[in-house]
Amino acid sequence: MGKEAAKTGPLAHRPDNSAFMQQRLPAWSPMLTTSTVLPFMYCMAVLCLVVGVSLLITVQGTQEMKLDYTEAGTCNNCFQSLKNVSNAGKSCSCRVVFTLEHEFKGDVFFYYGLQNFHQNLRKYMDSRDDAQMVGRKQNLKNPSSYCEPYIRDEKDVPIAPCGAVANSMFNDSFALQYQGQPGDPINTVPLYRKGIAWYTDENVKFRNPHKNKSQTLAQVFEGTTSPPYWQKPVYLLDPLDATNNGFINEDLIVWMREAAFPNFKKLYGVLVRTQEPFTNGLPAGNYSIDIVYNFPVQYFKGRKQVVLSTVTWFGGQNRFLPIAYLVTSGLVFIIAIFLTVIWWKFGKDAKNMNE
Amino acid sequence: MGSLLTYFESLCGKKREKEEERYIHANNRPLNLPYQYADNAIRTSKYNVFSFLPLNLFEQFQRLANAYFLVLLILQLIPEISSLSWFTTVVPLLLVLTMTAVKDASDDINRHRSDKQVNNRRVDVLIDGELRSEKWMNVQVGDVIKLENNQFVTADLLLLTSSEPLNLVYIETAELDGETNLKVKQALTVTGDIGDSIPGLGSFKGEVRCEPPNNRLDKFKGTLTVNGQTYALDNDKVLLRGCTLRNTEWCFGLVVFGGPDTKLMQNSGKTVFKRTSIDGLMNVLVLCIFGFLAVMCSILAVGNAIWEVREGSVFIAFLPRPNGVNAGFSAFLTFWSYVIILNTVVPISLYVSVEIIRLGNSFYIDWDRKMYYPKSDTPAQARTTTLNEELGQIKYIFSDKTGTLTQNIMTFNKCSINGKSYGEVVDFTGQRVEITDKTQTVDFTWNELADPKFVFHDPSLVELVREGDLAAQHFFRLLALCHTVMPEEKTEGELYYQAQSPDEGALVTAARNFGFVFRSRTPESIRIMEMGQEVTYDLLAVLDFNNVRKRMSVIVRSPKGKLILFCKGADTIVYERLHPSCLKLKDTTTSHLNEYAGDGLRTLALAYKDLDDDYMEDWRRRHHEANIAMDGKEERLDELYEEIEKDLMLLGATAVEDKLQDGVPQTIEQLAKADIKIWVLTGDKQETAENIGYACNMLREDMTEVFIVAANTAEGVREELEKARRTMCPEAPDKPVVVEARAGLFWRQKTRKVEDEAVNGEYALVINGHSLAYALEKDLELELLRTACMCQTVICCRVTPLQKAQVVELVKHYKQAVTLAIGDGANDVSMIKAAHIGVGISGQEGMQAVLSSDYSFAQFRYLQRLLLVHGRWSYLRMCKFLRYFFYKNFTFTFVHFWYAFFCGFSAQTVYDEWFITLYNLVYTALPVLGMSLFDQDVNDRWSSQHPQLYSPGQLNLYFSKKAFVRCMMHSCYSSLILFFIPWAAMYDTVRDDGKDIVDYQSFALLAQTCLLIAVTIQLSLDTHYWTAVNQFFVWGSLSAYFAITFTMYSNGMFLIFTSTFPFIGTARNSLNQPNVWLTILLTSILCALPVVAYRFTLIQLWPTINDKVRHKVRKEALPAPAPRRPPVRRISTRRSGYAFSHAQGYGELVTSGRFLLRRPQKIRTALLFPQSDSPLSQGQPQLYRPITALNRVPEEEQPAQQS
Repeated sequence: MGKEAAKTGPLAHRPDNSAFMQQRLPAWSPMLTTSTVLPFMYCMAVLCLVVGVSLLITVQGTQEMKLDYTEAGTCNNCFQSLKNVSNAGKSCSCRVVFTLEHEFKGDVFFYYGLQNFHQNLRKYMDSRDDAQMVGRKQNLKNPSSYCEPYIRDEKDVPIAPCGAVANSMFNDSFALQYQGQPGDPINTVPLYRKGIAWYTDENVKFRNPHKNKSQTLAQVFEGTTSPPYWQKPVYLLDPLDATNNGFINEDLIVWMREAAFPNFKKLYGVLVRTQEPFTNGLPAGNYSIDIVYNFPVQYFKGRKQVVLSTVTWFGGQNRFLPIAYLVTSGLVFIIAIFLTVIWWKFGKDAKNMNE
Repeated sequence: MGSLLTYFESLCGKKREKEEERYIHANNRPLNLPYQYADNAIRTSKYNVFSFLPLNLFEQFQRLANAYFLVLLILQLIPEISSLSWFTTVVPLLLVLTMTAVKDASDDINRHRSDKQVNNRRVDVLIDGELRSEKWMNVQVGDVIKLENNQFVTADLLLLTSSEPLNLVYIETAELDGETNLKVKQALTVTGDIGDSIPGLGSFKGEVRCEPPNNRLDKFKGTLTVNGQTYALDNDKVLLRGCTLRNTEWCFGLVVFGGPDTKLMQNSGKTVFKRTSIDGLMNVLVLCIFGFLAVMCSILAVGNAIWEVREGSVFIAFLPRPNGVNAGFSAFLTFWSYVIILNTVVPISLYVSVEIIRLGNSFYIDWDRKMYYPKSDTPAQARTTTLNEELGQIKYIFSDKTGTLTQNIMTFNKCSINGKSYGEVVDFTGQRVEITDKTQTVDFTWNELADPKFVFHDPSLVELVREGDLAAQHFFRLLALCHTVMPEEKTEGELYYQAQSPDEGALVTAARNFGFVFRSRTPESIRIMEMGQEVTYDLLAVLDFNNVRKRMSVIVRSPKGKLILFCKGADTIVYERLHPSCLKLKDTTTSHLNEYAGDGLRTLALAYKDLDDDYMEDWRRRHHEANIAMDGKEERLDELYEEIEKDLMLLGATAVEDKLQDGVPQTIEQLAKADIKIWVLTGDKQETAENIGYACNMLREDMTEVFIVAANTAEGVREELEKARRTMCPEAPDKPVVVEARAGLFWRQKTRKVEDEAVNGEYALVINGHSLAYALEKDLELELLRTACMCQTVICCRVTPLQKAQVVELVKHYKQAVTLAIGDGANDVSMIKAAHIGVGISGQEGMQAVLSSDYSFAQFRYLQRLLLVHGRWSYLRMCKFLRYFFYKNFTFTFVHFWYAFFCGFSAQTVYDEWFITLYNLVYTALPVLGMSLFDQDVNDRWSSQHPQLYSPGQLNLYFSKKAFVRCMMHSCYSSLILFFIPWAAMYDTVRDDGKDIVDYQSFALLAQTCLLIAVTIQLSLDTHYWTAVNQFFVWGSLSAYFAITFTMYSNGMFLIFTSTFPFIGTARNSLNQPNVWLTILLTSILCALPVVAYRFTLIQLWPTINDKVRHKVRKEALPAPAPRRPPVRRISTRRSGYAFSHAQGYGELVTSGRFLLRRPQKIRTALLFPQSDSPLSQGQPQLYRPITALNRVPEEEQPAQQS
């Protein structure tokens, strides 16, 4: 504009003859013509069909077993006893048995599932302090106000990890046994309990507060208390592996990744395929799970499950996408035919197009 | 409220007691001081440094949208409610507020600057008996100041004395009312006699009593008391601020009103803020959306209550409720939380974007070379930037005639002398040859005084004059003598004429070029050069022109002592007064006149008469007696004139062309094809208006009928209108069908609409000012409207400015259609302001019309491009923008609604908060802006080629309540796809390494990516015109989304701002999953599919005009340029109007005996009418600036007073 003002002469105010100012920018004007739309439609139909079929084949190759143990087997006793609030702190063990009809080939993943547990309530989700969990010393003793109502206990001792999410951490534990046929020796199914959380969560998002070489983890967490529902302090979550304690405990990390929907499953362990008979996966046969039954679900009409599943490149066994693709393929095909008919009957000679 | 305000004002001491009467002592500041009259400083700025922020913020928050977002912000600060972080609202709001504030600030700085400049102008003030140069702002009421030629008038002054004879001053009022013609003001003799004696003025002790400050430009009432004598003051004696002194060496004036009290300032700042119909619709829709929002939130709140009772009450083990919150209270809080989350249905960026789009489209108008007029170096200008899309919906155009359709330049084109017609170019076979730019023009170099700009093509006339043909010489002698033109000869031989009408100037110039040069005049004589010889005629009488006489005569005595009366006038009038001996000449002249009329020329008949001395003596005596008679002066004079103007000898006739602007007929034809109705509202006479109507193709010989309504009573007008209506549409009911409806905000606005009625055949209506005055009255206006709207063409002649506005209001009111008024003069201002869109023709008759217009350009023909190209595109773009904008935001918002059913109605958002913040501002802002700034369905040439493309805008097809509902349904569908497909695809799945992917953060990322891609695809389907910029915006925004997302979810951002960016790693961990991408693909297909199928079906089955043209565009290359038709020559018996000005002549002043009182003492050498004043001076025929005396009511306004 400044350049324009400087011009003088008889045509001083003449606008520049640029394509932009004269709205003549070269452009591509696509139009929904027969030659583009119909081939596109048919291609889409074929594409969806191909994707749907290949997904379906993939999904058929995965195996999954779900077992609701809320009231199953001896766990019913625990379920009943937990209904009594006074038993809340008491540990209760039970066992459920099941049979695998077919062998689970490949890596097998062990999940626990919860139903009707609303990890996605706004107040619940907000009730955490990422700064504390990433190991900030200051936040360890002064948790953020977001952690309401689990910031400090009655004695005004700060809670670590604070907040409702951590407080409600799932605390059932499982031990899986395999017995090929009745009478066979009982093998404990080895589960690898590490590497179950996202790499970024384990290495960036969750860190223990910095400690000197001389300090133990317990000393670092001194001056804090564990969440009220917890039976163990945070530095003792994994009695077996000292490096899996504190905020970097993988069960805690998995739990802290809140689910989007009220029904969800979370990874508990992965089958270790180093020893027989599990080198190929889980063989068919009878299994039992010893459960330390701590987590109360009766309050909110929830259910608890264990899920065994194999995965493919497409993830777990979810039949929705393949079927949705097949349905879409059919739909696109029907629409394409419909459009073809319309074009054939009305638009072919473009007589509508002439004024 | 009002009393409160006054209370505050009285507290601040700002407001004085309301002035009843102003009482001023001249030259006496101490005596005037107690009245506390405002001094001459003006302040148009709104803010100062300290008041800017609070005042500007206060103003901004008065806007509904901004206030709404402020409320949202407050809601967000309540922790119980806050469902979104504060930044989601603050960032957009701050951006909007800052942008507006910067714009306001720069505007105000400019105002400050111009105030300062004006206030610091200097003027000579008479203080303590001597002249001192003072700043304008220090001038006070009661001061006597001296103005010099070409100076601006400092304040409203009472004229005391001037350098000119009779104490006259000439002023130009262009800045005040836009008229460039000079006006005359005259001081009282008692003050005028002081002259320029400083001691005399210093001791002047007049006292003025006058009306309080007001905004009436044409009225002033007051008295001046000098030495015990009281004199009445009127508007004639007052110079108003804003005028410029011309042709007057100096004058002295007494300041009556200063600064803010001046009539100029009292008149300014009351511009009506125009809004477009889309604005109105948008307000209604936003209101509906608020209602809709409330409904959604209520549903969710109820859901929350139910959930809290059934599920939440048992979930409190894990999430204890805060004290005092029960299910009901929780539902209440949830309601507000959802108000925050779902606020995106009315996003603040909507308003900003709309403004940006309008601004952009206004710039296109400013930049358009095809609307730039090189001859006057005038580009088109969008003076209002907020009305563009309305240009695409115009249904009625109201056009002025003079200066708008015509150039307001008269050229002497043809004449008939003694039964022979001149002016045609004839080839050797005797055929008429079309006159073009290349036709040889007549050489006038033999005449030293000829006007070089005068163009004539027929060489035979010059030969005739030079041969000494008596009739021809008499003919031009008449033209040189019989007029009221004032000559101006700055240097020897350089003549300029000041004519009161362009016609007259054209005739005198013609005479000048043919060797009869009008050199100078005194009240008693006229000096002309007759073929190189100077001849002085004694001017005995001027029988002036007026509207009834329709002729003008002069009686002169030649040097040889011959007494001659020269008369020119309308042919019908002159014919009645001819001597019987001219019968044969009359017949041939009549046929010539008919021919001229057929060509649309304005004609005059010329005649003369020799008088004998005795009779003249007697007549002059009686004339003098009549002149000084106390009563019946007018009638007696008329009788005398009638008596002497008879038995005239016919000389011939002149034909003056009122030149149409270039391309006017073609433009009108194209606009008519676009189904735009054009009404011409002109102050001209019926004959002239009709002629122009024919000339520009609005009236055609092949029309079924042209109705002319020219009755003089209300009953007569009704009868004629009804008769016309019955002829056009016999089966129409007698009573008009008026549809009453309600619209507007809160449905408070009552609308009444008269339906269009179909007619067979083409009709036109011509109605004159008298009849229009009756027809515009309450009981007849509907009849007028019905009849007029049935006609293709409506021409209203002799209308006053007020009536112009009334006609516009009538159509606006009862047709609910968008109107446009186009004009160039001050008399068009009212209609320009009344219409939805006002267009001013710039560079012709002052700036008033342009100043009050919304758009301005130099030529009428640009209107076609403004409407058919710019208007259409603006409308299309705005509608596309709104449809898409509502679509993308509703889709965005509805997903939250569905998610509520899965998250216990806890007001959890589906998306990341940052995505919510940036969605409208960054991710989707530019692509949609790109579309709404660049999109064009077909290019400009096709748009002009197919004016039918314009009609969808008139019918409101692209954006209406219906379209809005369709938009909502579409969004609803899309949001269902966009929520439930990801939900179903994800709810029970895991990553390929068995880890979690159904967590909230991954799902949020998936949902927002699906949404963004789906809306981008929708945008791509909507975009018809993919420029590189569009490509860049679309791909750039998508890339920006991924780039920003990866950045915000990166380790670094988390470690620095831990609690602000908790989504660390989500993008990396989920976007590497094939099932995530397959889900995105599926949602995209399902969202786009129905749209493609639906649109394809529509195009195949019911193609719109746009589809048809686009289809044609694909098949053909550029359209052939429209064939240039030669102007149609009509063979018509229609007699044209006569070439005379609208206003009464200047004769009285010319011959005024008062001229004798004081002769000009010296010959002034100053430039009186500097030609550089006129931007048109280059390469244009001479422009005549009319001189009118202020005290004469222009004839145009007379009908209004009679009605």
